[in-house]
Amino acid sequence: MPEPKVDVTADVGGAPELPSLTPITTVQPVDLVRADGGVPLTGRAARQGRLGVGGILAISWLFLITALALLAPVLPLDDPNESIASIARQPPGTDGHILGGDGLGRDILSRIIWGGRASLLIGTMSVLLGLILGGLLGLIAGYFRGRWDNVLTGGFDVLLSFPQLILALTLVTVFASGAGTSYGQRMSVLILALGVVSIPVLGRITRANTLSWCQREFVMATRALGAKQREIMFKEVLPNVLPAMFSIALLGVAVVIVAEGGLSLLGVGTPLPTPSWGNMIAEGRSDLRTAPWIVIAPTVVIFFTVFALNYLGDVVRARFDVRESAL
Amino acid sequence: MILSRRRVAPVASDYHQPGSRLLDVNDLKTYFRTPRGMVRAVDGVSFSLDRGRTLGLVGESGCGKSVLSRSIMGLLPSTAERTGEIIFGSERLDTLGPEALRDYWGTQMAMVFQDPMTSLNPVMRIGNQITESLLVHTDMDKNQAKETALALLKSVHIPEAERRLKQYPHELSGGMRQRVVIAVALACGPQLLFADEPTTALDVTVQAQILDLLSEQQRERHMAVVLVSHDLGVVAGRTHDIAVMYAGQIVEQAPTEVLFSEVRMPYTEALLRSVPRLENTSHTRLAVIGGRPPDLIDPPTGCRFAARCPYVQPRCLEEQPPLQEADTPGHVFRCWYPVGTEAGKEALERNLAAQLPQAEAAVSGDLAVEAS
Repeated sequence: MPEPKVDVTADVGGAPELPSLTPITTVQPVDLVRADGGVPLTGRAARQGRLGVGGILAISWLFLITALALLAPVLPLDDPNESIASIARQPPGTDGHILGGDGLGRDILSRIIWGGRASLLIGTMSVLLGLILGGLLGLIAGYFRGRWDNVLTGGFDVLLSFPQLILALTLVTVFASGAGTSYGQRMSVLILALGVVSIPVLGRITRANTLSWCQREFVMATRALGAKQREIMFKEVLPNVLPAMFSIALLGVAVVIVAEGGLSLLGVGTPLPTPSWGNMIAEGRSDLRTAPWIVIAPTVVIFFTVFALNYLGDVVRARFDVRESAL
Repeated sequence: MILSRRRVAPVASDYHQPGSRLLDVNDLKTYFRTPRGMVRAVDGVSFSLDRGRTLGLVGESGCGKSVLSRSIMGLLPSTAERTGEIIFGSERLDTLGPEALRDYWGTQMAMVFQDPMTSLNPVMRIGNQITESLLVHTDMDKNQAKETALALLKSVHIPEAERRLKQYPHELSGGMRQRVVIAVALACGPQLLFADEPTTALDVTVQAQILDLLSEQQRERHMAVVLVSHDLGVVAGRTHDIAVMYAGQIVEQAPTEVLFSEVRMPYTEALLRSVPRLENTSHTRLAVIGGRPPDLIDPPTGCRFAARCPYVQPRCLEEQPPLQEADTPGHVFRCWYPVGTEAGKEALERNLAAQLPQAEAAVSGDLAVEAS
């Protein structure tokens, strides 16, 4: 997952090193080029931490696909696994099948909606895992520093130094690709594998922010009032670090959804015939010349989802920057 | 050490009960391990403090004032090494670990920090920040704690206290925030309060209000206060005693009025001279103390102020002066050629004859009278 890592060093991770200088980011002019040098993909509203039209669209999109995925069993959809020979490789609109049929004659719309269940489940659950474990470890590393920090940061670096798709691929191959692997087993291992991959990313961002927040006098002040370490960590430091964690977690969900697609292409994603956006692309690529819509439909859905998640991540981060400096 | 044995001079004060010693510090040393070597931030400090009294701790940046107060509380980072005796009431604090010290923090001793902008948690309501320690240290339930918080906010003169309980720190001004910080520190009724430059980050007009508030609370609660400041003006009217620190040591300590009228230590004199005066004509150059404090990793063998001292003599560079008693009881200083004595006068004259730059700087300007 290279995307969030860049953000760690360039934006959120850079500022905490110099907590006293944060006011510089406060009065950031609207047209200022972003610190990471990239032209902002998203609009003015996102940079100011407002939702704006883009944000509302992004939330609406995410809400829509989530609702559809959750309601899939009760929606009047074709069975996503039923093959209808007459619509195999047929373009959108054939016989009332809005998005057409795939190589085996299954309704693409239905598969996309059902596929959202697998993709979103893997995306959110693995990032949640990374958020809890990485967040906890990062909090410990940043709060206690010293030996804990060395060991944990070393661990994060080791995890990060593996090519992440390969790491996930290895984990799934070793633990969930045997003949007797059930659907649930494969999904759990997938979530676990992608979660492990997101631990160091979230761990590092949490550690960096914890380090900077622990420099604040209120942490020392709370200690001087006799609060326990645990209370200081979870009641004083954590709430301040959450926005940064959350911003990276949103980006993480997007990255994991794409990564699941990558694993599907390699044959270790969501097990067939259960659809996911990733394995729909993987299956459809053999028909790319003759029936491109089989691949285009899930690709467009992934694109909008990733875009929406990134946009919201930016909004959260912009808000968080303001909050940190406007104290 | 001399200081610990002596009684604090009986300055007129109705709330001073003789014999009610609260804090005794003996030969306290706090060293920090750094890659370059040991930094001797506090190097052999001894003093004592009675209940209800205020001690001003003065010195320039980096002389160990804050580290001293944090050493006494036990709020040091893990790179610090502390030796010496700290006796609080009748208990030895220096032998206690952080877990045992937690029982003292907040309830027995508390600290007000320098910057009210950062010493409150930005994502926690004011009310919760005050009740937090009440709920930890006392048997109060939530409602009682809230009532107490309200009373505390009122006692530190925060208007519309009821509404403030629900507000976040960013909704308050700097002065208001410092009042809240004081209320938080006072919540569990500590007997000893460290105020670590409580007004440095504040507007001058607000400074006086906050200091008055601290004095008022101290009187009402019969609390001992250690007021740390780099500003002699701040501590002048609000302390019973003043200890001047330089390079990790106390170089002069005296009851406040005595210190101002009978300066002995050249460093204190230089500090006094550097306070701007209203009666000076405009554009009068501010008096500065030339040079910098010595490196605390490798402090000079002789007097630590020698390199910057107008009275410096060969002996000062070789032998460290001990803390010695002055004429007034309770007044101690560290100097071989003290200000206001024959020895000091002759030393200064010798240095002037030798055209020593810091001696010439000290006598130039209309404040030269004081120096001779």
